[in-house]
Amino acid sequence: MKMKKVLAALLALAMVVLCFAACGETGDKTGGSTDANTIKIGLSGPLTGNNAQYGIGVQNGAQLAVDEINAAGGINGYKVELEMEDDEADAEKAANAYANLLDWGMQISMGTVTSAACAAFQGRAAEDNMFLLTPSATSVDAIQGDNAFRVCFSDPQQGVEAADYISENKLATKVAIIYDASDTYSSGIHDSFSAEAKARGLEIVASEAFTADNNTDFSAQIQSVKSAGAELVFLPIYYNEASKIIQQAASAGLDVQWFGCDGLDGLLRIENFDYSLVEGVMLLTPFTPNATDEYTQNFVKAYEAKYPDQASTLNQFAADAYDAVYIIKQACEQANVTPDMSVSDTCEALKAAMTSITYTGVTGKGITWGADGEPSKPPIVVRIENGEYTVLQ
Amino acid sequence: MATQKRTLKASTKNDLITYAMLAVMFVVVQILTATGNISNLFEGLLVPLCTYSIMAVSLNLVVGILGDLSLGHAGFMCVGAYASAFFSVTFKDVIQPDWFRFLLALVLGGLCAGLAGLLIGIPVLRLKGDYLAIVTLAFGEIIKNIVNVLYVGVDENGLHISMQNTGALNLSENGRVILKGALGITGTPRDATFLIGFVLLLITVFVSLNLIHSRTGRAVMSIRDNRIAAESIGINVTKYKLIVFSLSAFFAGIAGVLYAHNLTSLTATTKNFGYNMSITILVFVVLGGIGSTRGSIIAAIILTALPEVLRGMDNYRMLIYSILLIVMMLANNNEKINVFKEKISIMNWLQNKSKGNKLDKEAHS
Amino acid sequence: MEFISYLVSGISLGSIYALIALGYTMVYGIAKMLNFAHGDVIMVGAYIIFICSTSLGVPAVVSVLAGILVCTVAGVVIERVAYKPLRNASSLAVLITAIGVSYLLQNAALLIFGSDTKSFSSVISIPALSLFGGQLHISGETIATIAVSVVLMVALTLFINKTKPGRAMRAVSEDRGAAQLMGINVNATITLTFAIGSALAAIAGALLCSAYPSLSPTTGAMPGIKAFTAAVFGGIGSIPGAMLGGVLLGVIENLSKGYISTQLSDAIVFAVLILVLLIKPTGLLGKKIREKV
Repeated sequence: MKMKKVLAALLALAMVVLCFAACGETGDKTGGSTDANTIKIGLSGPLTGNNAQYGIGVQNGAQLAVDEINAAGGINGYKVELEMEDDEADAEKAANAYANLLDWGMQISMGTVTSAACAAFQGRAAEDNMFLLTPSATSVDAIQGDNAFRVCFSDPQQGVEAADYISENKLATKVAIIYDASDTYSSGIHDSFSAEAKARGLEIVASEAFTADNNTDFSAQIQSVKSAGAELVFLPIYYNEASKIIQQAASAGLDVQWFGCDGLDGLLRIENFDYSLVEGVMLLTPFTPNATDEYTQNFVKAYEAKYPDQASTLNQFAADAYDAVYIIKQACEQANVTPDMSVSDTCEALKAAMTSITYTGVTGKGITWGADGEPSKPPIVVRIENGEYTVLQ
Repeated sequence: MATQKRTLKASTKNDLITYAMLAVMFVVVQILTATGNISNLFEGLLVPLCTYSIMAVSLNLVVGILGDLSLGHAGFMCVGAYASAFFSVTFKDVIQPDWFRFLLALVLGGLCAGLAGLLIGIPVLRLKGDYLAIVTLAFGEIIKNIVNVLYVGVDENGLHISMQNTGALNLSENGRVILKGALGITGTPRDATFLIGFVLLLITVFVSLNLIHSRTGRAVMSIRDNRIAAESIGINVTKYKLIVFSLSAFFAGIAGVLYAHNLTSLTATTKNFGYNMSITILVFVVLGGIGSTRGSIIAAIILTALPEVLRGMDNYRMLIYSILLIVMMLANNNEKINVFKEKISIMNWLQNKSKGNKLDKEAHS
Repeated sequence: MEFISYLVSGISLGSIYALIALGYTMVYGIAKMLNFAHGDVIMVGAYIIFICSTSLGVPAVVSVLAGILVCTVAGVVIERVAYKPLRNASSLAVLITAIGVSYLLQNAALLIFGSDTKSFSSVISIPALSLFGGQLHISGETIATIAVSVVLMVALTLFINKTKPGRAMRAVSEDRGAAQLMGINVNATITLTFAIGSALAAIAGALLCSAYPSLSPTTGAMPGIKAFTAAVFGGIGSIPGAMLGGVLLGVIENLSKGYISTQLSDAIVFAVLILVLLIKPTGLLGKKIREKV
């Protein structure tokens, strides 16, 4: 009788296990694609939750590039397929997303959209020697390992560039920082910026933090900045929080110069936002939608035509992802990558190709890569004037 | 005397089913792995499934056995994860072999979390109900908040701790910054495997089931059912509550060690160590049936796997999850459905049958 | 001057917490449940107001009224569908259901409105106040928030103490069984409580998003948790307690941001809460629970 009871419990269990087995069809790990005629590119990013707008931008940008490439004959004559998984910007979910992408047959990865998730994703990718080119994960740890590259600037790079620009152009001597202490991207830039600013003789009069749980009311931070007498406020944060800070600063009567990094790109696409508030804001960005070069023009036109109701996601995330796909294309063509190559062979071929190619696209001209995976491209500083970016320097 | 024997037997039987369930799970996974019938996703989920099962079993000790509502369980997981990841990264090349270092990391992570549980438990366990819930939530948030602004580095002079930035650590040239504020800890060796996770889950279940049936467990449950009565027969309420609370924190710390050593990067966000996670674990315990160790594990497995299995549904995934959650709660508490369940339950049928047999026997004797 | 500025914005933030906390505390007092979805009702209200005033071009007052109406209906529907069947279930079961409702509202909003932040146009058009030669700057939103909160709290107190439905609510909160025996319609009273709580949440949403003008599907989550903390801080179930708790929490949060640490402000708020609860285990104005043997 006891046996029967155990049996009943087993039955219940078998159901649970079946649930899993149902999604476990592909046998061998990283076994390459089942279809020998397509190159499969996988990536993950937040498609739901707080940070979804960044992930959706990347998804749209990458898909646009893939569609264009397929229409023009694919990579080395092979069709390209793109699969994006949701990771909610969470490290563990990103690792799961990586596994799921392997099941799908991913041969080349574009990592993840956000930094902390990318570090976890890269941990798994490095084990399989899977090539990784992240469009937008900026932290140093996100591309540790020689299989990983990125399109965007790294956090330390941005912090240093920003401090250099401020001191070289004598924008201010008294600088305040408002940053997100719970965010990898923001604290990363904050740390390198403070160090470089000190070395450059800038005086940091206030360094005010907030956290992801406490990002609606900025009155105390604004008051501290005001009392400290800052001339310039450095905002190494994303545009959502920045828009709130600038808005609240205006209603609190704080009048300063604002300076930010690529996270601020998107300020001009917030629905129903009073854009006059951000007049004069300066930011380092790889992407200016009103640039006149043909790459940007074509991208913006195609993006707006393809995603007419998602204008708010046309920012550096979309641009970086769009470029990432084209960079992979160029590297694949250089290394003559074919879908029948194993994941590891593809990675070795692409690694060699990455350090030898020079890429020109939406987010920069003549970009080259070092073996550490960091891109080398000149930063662009823009100022918002009349609701548009004006390139400085 | 006879009745007592019978109830004891029933509880042992119940435990055996739990162990049998775990054994079958293990065997099934091994068979699937050996025959190559396992997807990467499922393989990657094995360690998280163990992690969350341990979390659920350990929270069940507080919620089910102690009868107190804790909304800060993820905080202890956070302590265990950070303490062990810090240890492993610092001594990555010093202590060999790997399994020995991981064993030390496990002990350290568990002890740190257990200590945190003890320190927090002393003041807060006097509170009751929703007040205790909010205080545990508060402690969980405080832990997460502090970890996010903590910078710790190591050099030949020992540990350097700062709450400002890496520069304030004053490290010597050979120094390494291990914990970088919100950037967290990176480079944790991936020591956690399914086998280790499973053994840890087994240990957690074993300790928790034994505790429940021990003298301590009975004392604790008597406190849960009627504190004043328990006090009046000389049970030291504070002592027993503390034992269970810190033991539960200890296992949450162990789960944290597993979590940290399954991913190369460790950061504390609302999602992994905040109240969201505490609530997720609480959902496992409540859906699994408060007080039921086996139920906690089953709920943890199903609810951790569900969003992953639903991946194909894209954006509707979380919507479906939330609707299922509500429906399950409503169904669980619906009288008509419960009556129906009783009717179709095999277990129940078997039990009735055996009762019938026993009655028959008694009648004969 | 700095201090006064921190204080004023703290009171303003605290009044919003207080309005939300009222919803928590009333529902707790009467239905004995923690309505974790309450914070998300704020978000629903704010989106309705946003759509009315931005997309449909309706005047601010009308859109706020629409927000209140939708939230009231939503609150009653949630209560009927999700909570009423669990009236006799364990309090934990209800808590989990409420969490499910909270996830549901957030994810539904995500699908309908998208995750990108919307900039909320303030529904308040009071000019800002500049005092002491520009040293102290008080925005119109701050003034309106404090004024509206005070009026609503006074009105609610009068309603609870002076009207018949208000007395019914107190009776149900005191002893549900006895109230039923006295001929009070318990179900109707609970529905009324949810309706009032949700209407207050809509107003809190309007004020919150006017003072901190941005809107996303998770807008209500953190204020919800903070307000829950405030309600416990003041003594859950007590209406004056929720008001006091809310305002105090806002002030402590802002002062610690101003003078101690912006990074650790949440930790400080929670630490103060723990201290208070250790000294007064049922919150500032909470009733002592007598234990029956």
